[in-house]
Amino acid sequence: MAFASWTKSIGFAALVLVTAPLALAQTPPAPPVAAPAPSTQVAPEAAAPAAAAPAATAEAAPADAAAAGALDSSYTPMAPTPGKGMPVDKGIDFQDQYSELGEYAYWLDTIVLLPIIVAISLLVLGLLMWIVIRYRAAANPVASRVTHNTTIEVIWTLVPVLILVGVAVPSIDLLAKQYKPAPASAVTVKVTGYQWYWGYSYPDNGDFEVVSNMLTEEAAIKSGEPYQLAVDNRMVVPAGEPIRIITTASDVIHSFSVPSLWFKMDAVPGRSNEKMLVIKEPGVYYGQCSELCGARHGFMPIAVEALPRAKFDAWVRSQGGTVKGDEVAAAATPAAAPAAATTTPAAEGAGTAAAAPAAAQ
Amino acid sequence: MTTIAANPADLHDHDHAHDDHKPAFFQRWFMSTNHKDIGTLYLIFAIVAGIIGGAISGLMRMELAEPGVQYLQGWASMMQGSEATLDQAYHMWNVLITAHGLIMVFFMVMPAMVGGFGNWFVPIMIGAPDMAFPRMNNISFWLLIPAFALLLGSTFVPGGSGLGAGTGWTVYAPLSTSGSVGPAVDLAILSLHLAGASSILGAINFITTIFNMRAPGMTLNKMPLFVWSMLVTAFLLLLSLPVLAAAITMLLTDRNFGSAFFNAAGGGDPVLYQHLFWFFGHPEVYIMILPGFGMISHIIATFSKKPVFGYLGMAYAMVAIGVVGFVVWAHHMFTVGLSVNMKMYFTAATMVIAVPTGIKIFSWIATMWGGSLTFKTPMVWALGFIFMFTVGGVTGVVLANGGVDDNLHDTYYVVAHFHYVLSLGAVFSIFAGFYYWFPKMSGRHYNELLGHLHFWVFFIGVNILFFPMHFLGRQGMPRRYPDYPEAFAYWNEIASLGYAIMAAGMLIFFVNIAYAMVAGRRAEGNYWGEGATTLEWTLSSPPPFHQFETLPVIK
Repeated sequence: MAFASWTKSIGFAALVLVTAPLALAQTPPAPPVAAPAPSTQVAPEAAAPAAAAPAATAEAAPADAAAAGALDSSYTPMAPTPGKGMPVDKGIDFQDQYSELGEYAYWLDTIVLLPIIVAISLLVLGLLMWIVIRYRAAANPVASRVTHNTTIEVIWTLVPVLILVGVAVPSIDLLAKQYKPAPASAVTVKVTGYQWYWGYSYPDNGDFEVVSNMLTEEAAIKSGEPYQLAVDNRMVVPAGEPIRIITTASDVIHSFSVPSLWFKMDAVPGRSNEKMLVIKEPGVYYGQCSELCGARHGFMPIAVEALPRAKFDAWVRSQGGTVKGDEVAAAATPAAAPAAATTTPAAEGAGTAAAAPAAAQ
Repeated sequence: MTTIAANPADLHDHDHAHDDHKPAFFQRWFMSTNHKDIGTLYLIFAIVAGIIGGAISGLMRMELAEPGVQYLQGWASMMQGSEATLDQAYHMWNVLITAHGLIMVFFMVMPAMVGGFGNWFVPIMIGAPDMAFPRMNNISFWLLIPAFALLLGSTFVPGGSGLGAGTGWTVYAPLSTSGSVGPAVDLAILSLHLAGASSILGAINFITTIFNMRAPGMTLNKMPLFVWSMLVTAFLLLLSLPVLAAAITMLLTDRNFGSAFFNAAGGGDPVLYQHLFWFFGHPEVYIMILPGFGMISHIIATFSKKPVFGYLGMAYAMVAIGVVGFVVWAHHMFTVGLSVNMKMYFTAATMVIAVPTGIKIFSWIATMWGGSLTFKTPMVWALGFIFMFTVGGVTGVVLANGGVDDNLHDTYYVVAHFHYVLSLGAVFSIFAGFYYWFPKMSGRHYNELLGHLHFWVFFIGVNILFFPMHFLGRQGMPRRYPDYPEAFAYWNEIASLGYAIMAAGMLIFFVNIAYAMVAGRRAEGNYWGEGATTLEWTLSSPPPFHQFETLPVIK
């Protein structure tokens, strides 16, 4: 939370407050969501840095594997850490946050807003109790006739305004950060809501789709996971790097929500909503569908498994997908960068084609 | 100034309120043109609907008391007369949440506040003999009966996975169009059409009455605050309900005639429905609370023996809430994929509403400051209202922040928030108004001790019921779930316990009403004494069948 961005957002908050009705009429300069086109236009020059990281990982992979033509594709689902990425018994607070923006939003709620709302509630309660004691008929038999006091009226109008402007500054700043688009190199996961399960497809990695259904109670207990949160196939993503999540739906509206990542985005038929997510550390993070979608609305949970990059790549291969740089490593070409530059745009193009016609069912 | 010709039959004995000639039973109650009788009908209707809506929430709290699905399958089997599948049971849950929401909004709070107290006291408070359009007033009420019948009837016909409309009270497309096959949702939509038409007619009636039938000398700026609140409410109804009517008509044509307003495959957009719905839906929440604001002002002033502090500020705060209430709707849609500018605007605009609301809270406190307070039943309900509405209001400021709402949207935190402003706000003000005016309307006093007991049991019950929902929401429990992971069990069990306490409080209420009707002490004209200054206190209790045949003059 740099000071410079704060001062900038003070100005913006004031602008929003003053020109509020105008803002409606304005065309948003670059809507990062709701329009499929901007999200999937990946500039070719961006592909080179995109390819660099996977290439490095591929180098780290054992050379004999490359020689054998089979890269590491072993994957076993991670066991969840109790209390991490899931609700806790008798909990009253938010779940612990595992994304940077989640920590910022948590700070805004718990450090800024919560003390203010508790203080206001206690102020009103205190005043009421004081009045009940001090001005009860027995203690104050003759009522005053005061019905106006301009000073106090101005104060109780302006003080709330100032408090709200103070709240608006970090609030608007948080929104601006939440809408920062993902870099071109980010892994794309296209999340599709179905009645009543989730599908996760990976357009950058060969466009395979993982279908994710809730585990039965017995199966959940067997795998040591919380029932109604556990799923058969998780949405697996790399930890510590930006992920581009695109949501859409095939039948009715669903909502992709993971409380411990402060992430919720509706999956709407005919639309693709896009948002960046950075998960700080590996782990299993559970969520639940958060828009009424019919009979089994309560029974289509979400489980996100964040893995270190190498393990994520291995998982992709285990699903029959491709990892950028695989071809390079397999061919053992010494000049990785030029090769990547030629192959990657094609892969990106395939991803674009898969992600763009987001629904239109 | 419009005056209405008095019924010649009443002229000879208008000093004896109880002797004035009333029509025979059927004509009086089924063909009524009397604002007080129609108000009474509305209140009885609201109580019946409230019992049904409240019983449904009892079923929901029963099911949610512990993890697992214990009762739904049995209830669904009972409804359809055959063994219900699990999907039919889950659908039953969605029917329950839908019915609870629609009944409480359209058939309990609105009829009680606008139809009941509005009809009873707006004409009296402005010194008018009746509403401007008495026959339209009657049809406003009688439209509600088929509307309610359609909604209840919809639960017996197929609506997708099972019987009844399981779309939520918001009736979002495409769940309500392609997602719900069968006539149930059509019936529910027609129910909303009729209820909406009823409210639009009522709104026209109130606006006309308030603008044209005030007694000589009663300028707008001398009008009682309850009348101000009804005026603002009537405008909100008039401007927002046609939008709902349009939206749900489009749902009907999408469902039945092949249009594609909300169908992406046909070039439509599901999000359009949400914009239309919430353009109505947000003013609707102010429709449910503004009359309460008006009533609370009168009650606080009466029992403080002091005029309302900052009268003009109070009146214009309500106007401001009404106006701003029309430009904040998309905060109900923060996760739908709004652009960043939209989300920033709706965050800022929503927070603005806290300012006029704060003015009202502080003005009520200032009204009591320096007063000589007595704590009769209506006053304790009003005090409870102020505190509980504050708690519900401040969580609204939290939810207004679009970035924070990303986590809380569609969780129990939202459920807690809107039950604090409605179930503990609007409903507390309804009880406050009911206890304030019940002797005026019926001519009989209720038992003061039972009234206080009702307050305390209900107050403790609803707080135990709704406060833990803040915790559940922060932990991430989504709304509209029939079952939940083990971790949410503790607070759900406590909430269900709170429901049982609240229900016991309601029993005390009904006992009190029965007692008042049978054995209640007769009420004099102004039973609250010097603090009660509006025109209804110049009349007998109950008021004569036709009041103000000679218009009062306001100085």
